[in-house]
Amino acid sequence: MHIIENGNVAAALGVKLCRANVIAAYPITPQTPLTEKLSEYVESGEMKAEYIPVESEHSALAVCIAASSAGARSFTATSANGLLYMHEQVQWAAGARLPIVMCVVNRAVGAPWNVWNDQQDSISQRDTGWIQMYCSDHQQIIDSVIKAYWLAEKVSIPIMVCYDGYILSHTYMPFDAPDQEQVDAFLPPFKPDYALNTEKPANLNTVTLPDVRMDVRGELAHGYMEIRYLLQEEMRAALAVAAEAEKRFADIFGRGGDPYIEPYLCDDAEYIAVGLGSLTYQLRVCVDALRKEGLKVGVMGVRFYRPFPDVAIANALKGKKGVIVFEKALSYGYEGALVSDLKSALYEHLAGTGDLPMVQNFIAGIGGRDIRTEDLTQTLRAATKSRVAKEPVWIGLKL
Amino acid sequence: MNKEFIEIRWHGRGGQGAITAAKIFAGAAFVSGYPGVVMAPSFGTERRGAPVMTSLKISRDKIYDLSPIETPDIIVVLDHLLLAEADVTHGLKPGGIIVLNTPKSFESYNLKDYRFATADITAISVEAGLPHGMVNTGIIGSLERAINLVGMEILIKGIEEEFSTRKPEKNSLAAKIAFERTVTGG
Repeated sequence: MHIIENGNVAAALGVKLCRANVIAAYPITPQTPLTEKLSEYVESGEMKAEYIPVESEHSALAVCIAASSAGARSFTATSANGLLYMHEQVQWAAGARLPIVMCVVNRAVGAPWNVWNDQQDSISQRDTGWIQMYCSDHQQIIDSVIKAYWLAEKVSIPIMVCYDGYILSHTYMPFDAPDQEQVDAFLPPFKPDYALNTEKPANLNTVTLPDVRMDVRGELAHGYMEIRYLLQEEMRAALAVAAEAEKRFADIFGRGGDPYIEPYLCDDAEYIAVGLGSLTYQLRVCVDALRKEGLKVGVMGVRFYRPFPDVAIANALKGKKGVIVFEKALSYGYEGALVSDLKSALYEHLAGTGDLPMVQNFIAGIGGRDIRTEDLTQTLRAATKSRVAKEPVWIGLKL
Repeated sequence: MNKEFIEIRWHGRGGQGAITAAKIFAGAAFVSGYPGVVMAPSFGTERRGAPVMTSLKISRDKIYDLSPIETPDIIVVLDHLLLAEADVTHGLKPGGIIVLNTPKSFESYNLKDYRFATADITAISVEAGLPHGMVNTGIIGSLERAINLVGMEILIKGIEEEFSTRKPEKNSLAAKIAFERTVTGG
């Protein structure tokens, strides 16, 4: 059934349909309405879950870690400095291989204080061992939450479902809210191999030595390095599992596409704009306008940022004249994190083939600065004509 | 007015319910054959009484551009004092429509650049049995009178659903009376 709601409600509805058992969250703009909606669902009895109010984001994720270790499907959500405050537990959840799903409602990080949208918060958590998915509209938000639980529980890796604060979180648009029966058919109950149990006590994630050693049962146990190697290997293998999730989802819900990237008019394009989240949908409007001028341009959204779909990206960009990467975050001291990763993928798969495109980097919408479609179109048009001198270029900077 | 893609900017005060009104209109437009509806409130520092705005885009196709409206076709103003207090006509297309809740007469507004649609929604709402200052359902009737887009039947249904536990009939009555009494021209 189609409903018109904001992006936070789309996320909350997804969590409800997934029958999460434990929700722990601390309110922060622009995530607040999402957790308020979940607490309403729980309070009214519409959702059978434990809603645990906590005194901080660090505690929110600590509760989810404990709950997930006990076999509960767990959910939290945050934004900006809330995510940064959580950071120690973010790393822990990944190392402990707990399939927690967290919505990151993307917001600029302080200082200076700012409540508006950019993506510095989730991008700064790139190397924590979490899977990161980015959404471009409300349908993708609700669908991604549902897919995320299936994928996370399949690979035992936590997932951040990221969507732009205000631009998506507070904007109303229509989306299809799936039936409970469909979601139940897609997502079986969470049954971990081991869940905390007083009858079968266990120590989890205690001090783990640099080298392998015999455990209490006399079996050779992994050292820290083996455990971390497996996280990396299984994170890479999660790409294939994500494709399985996408196919399974399409079979049941009748919608889906490429699991890793979302190309628009890319096949015959000479220049392709690339980005994460709602910005790539806005870029479609620019692409339409430039196509009318005869410019062969397309746009590609990256849906998974970690694990990085390097092969899919390199294949999609192979032989193009130029790739123009738009980002709402950057790795200070160098350039946008996405463009660095993308260039690395292109080098890895295309170096020496003659198919390497030129790559440019633009930064936009930092701290919620309006991204005017006209400015974006102008930037894209100019990027197809000549290479800019100094990168990354900040769009709309008033200096 | 191009009825394939319409941009409406709503101006009200925090607490007046402009967002709810825009949401009801969005829902009605969707039901009446516009798959693309996007309603984006202004963000950040809302507080009761302060000028607030929300933008509503209505299209025959899915909307991919969520950026703020720059050149609206229509401005809906829930409080006539905002005309002097905020730059509500900013970017309004030449020949654009201003739908206005005002106790003043239609003739007292300058019709040169824009078309006006006026009604005393504040009085109409009280007449419909709503508390003084509840104007967000009445203004929906005025907007529909001005642009004739989705039909009152669908709007009434939308209003009564939204206000199902909060005087649904009085709210829809306010919209009906406003639709009848709105003066348009220009």
